[in-house]
Amino acid sequence: MKLNQLSVFLENKPGRLSEPCKVLADAGVNILTISLADTEQFGILRLIVPDWQKAKNALEKAQCVVNVTEVVAVEVEDKPGGLQNVLQVMEQAQLNIEYMYAFTFRRENKAIIVFRFEDPDTAVKLLQQKALKILSSEEVCQRVEG
Amino acid sequence: MSDVKCTSNVFHPNSAMDFLPVGQLRQLQLARYQAIVRRAYEKVELFRKRMEERSLKPEDIKSLDDVAKLPFTIKTDLRDTYPFDLFASEMSDIVRLHASSGTTGKPIVVAYTQQDVDVWASVMVRTFAACGLGKGDIIQNSYGYGLFTGGLGAHYGAEALGATVIPTSGGNTERQIMVLKDFNVTAICCTPSYFLHIIERAGEMGIDFKALPLKAGIFGAEPWTENMRVRIEEEGGIKAYDIYGLSEIIGPGVASACCAQEGLHIFEDHFYPEIIDPQTGDPQPDGTEGELVFTTLSKWAMPMIRYRTRDITRLMTEQCPCGRTVRRIARIGRRSDDMFIIRGVNVFPSQIEEALLAVEGTLPHYQIVLTRAKGLDNMEVQVEVTADLFSDKIGAMEGLQQKLGKSVEHIIGIRAKVSLVEPHTIARSEGKAKRLIDKREM
Repeated sequence: MKLNQLSVFLENKPGRLSEPCKVLADAGVNILTISLADTEQFGILRLIVPDWQKAKNALEKAQCVVNVTEVVAVEVEDKPGGLQNVLQVMEQAQLNIEYMYAFTFRRENKAIIVFRFEDPDTAVKLLQQKALKILSSEEVCQRVEG
Repeated sequence: MSDVKCTSNVFHPNSAMDFLPVGQLRQLQLARYQAIVRRAYEKVELFRKRMEERSLKPEDIKSLDDVAKLPFTIKTDLRDTYPFDLFASEMSDIVRLHASSGTTGKPIVVAYTQQDVDVWASVMVRTFAACGLGKGDIIQNSYGYGLFTGGLGAHYGAEALGATVIPTSGGNTERQIMVLKDFNVTAICCTPSYFLHIIERAGEMGIDFKALPLKAGIFGAEPWTENMRVRIEEEGGIKAYDIYGLSEIIGPGVASACCAQEGLHIFEDHFYPEIIDPQTGDPQPDGTEGELVFTTLSKWAMPMIRYRTRDITRLMTEQCPCGRTVRRIARIGRRSDDMFIIRGVNVFPSQIEEALLAVEGTLPHYQIVLTRAKGLDNMEVQVEVTADLFSDKIGAMEGLQQKLGKSVEHIIGIRAKVSLVEPHTIARSEGKAKRLIDKREM
């Protein structure tokens, strides 16, 4: 029930972001969602793609530094307070969120938020106990492609 | 190093001189020293003039202690006498000329008689034998062939050893890897930084380096560290031997590591070593660190008297587990002319390397960039990010940057800006590693 997220190291310079995106475009990889964390000197690009192994191979061939991290995709009600409800559950379960970002679409008033936890397995178990909907990689792909 | 076993010692008849009793060796050195000083005095104007300035005659060298009276020779002397004025032989007796790559101005030219070329091959045989190689080995020689002494020096030595030599020369890394794999190569000669490049490239090509028959690397022509040796041995699944030489003295074959891999044995019967204080020029006792100085004891075409190498090391006199009696030099990690001064502090690139390696998992692909803004010098250390170092968390990456910065500051006492850069953005050397970019305008 976890997703494999790819992270790519980028220097904070003009043109650096477009390089990995071009590699993925040439490899025919569709990006499901993307987030960029940055400091003054460097950035970390985080990606969710349908076939992470294929994307990783293409990026490494282009001499990018790529990491694979397990993240958790949680379904959230797309209404005021929807995210707050989920965060409250996590707070009660004492789960520390390293970072999070969202998918850019919604279906049937549901949004998907990606969470990075230190221990994703424990997080999945606790969240499922609280009856939160955790999406598998296949479910995420299905929803994106509609 | 207590687990060192020297059973792999390959004895070659040429190596006999490595085991000469010290008393006999000193007698031989003195006799040869006297002869070479006489030859330099009689045949080379520069040496004669310098000795006359000091009112010295060849017969004033009565003991090895007297050599400290002789003037030094420095690199610019070779430039100033370009191309042939340091030769002691007629051109008709010279069978080979080599020259330095010379990035600025004129190169330096060195000459060999047939006897010199034979001595050179014999000290390279002793080098290979000390590194455990012999007949039956297949040696890939990736030192550059041409004016550079590395290629031909190693080539003739490997042939005289009775090994099979593959003269790949430098460059074209994919082809190097193909030969390494397809020709069942057992030993490779190249610079350590180029070998790291080969391992890296082989990994990208999906080749399991440790499964290859390659067992030894004969690495020289640039300073490297003990940590780099350990890394090469682990990732390459080979023994990494350090060798030392310079064109001014003969080329590769001046000194070599042995199976004990602790220091490099100098082939002292041909190259007489001294350690001096680089500032004052005063001779230093054995075991003290200083600048390495050599006198060629048998080089006929172009004798070198007390040549200052600019390499910083110490002479080791302890008995080596391999049984050789010739003295050793400690691994050369730095050169007195690699040193740079920033805010009044002397810094060697090897100290930066040490600082980076002290931080867990950091591999030595780095570059030091010096800049000057408003009269203040700044040092930036660029470090390539590898998969091992990379984290998806910004905090972890900033933490790494800080740890590297602190480690540098701890070792050299100066704050440096550490920049994490993408892989393969620092130029890879096919030959020598360029660690320092000095953009300061003096």
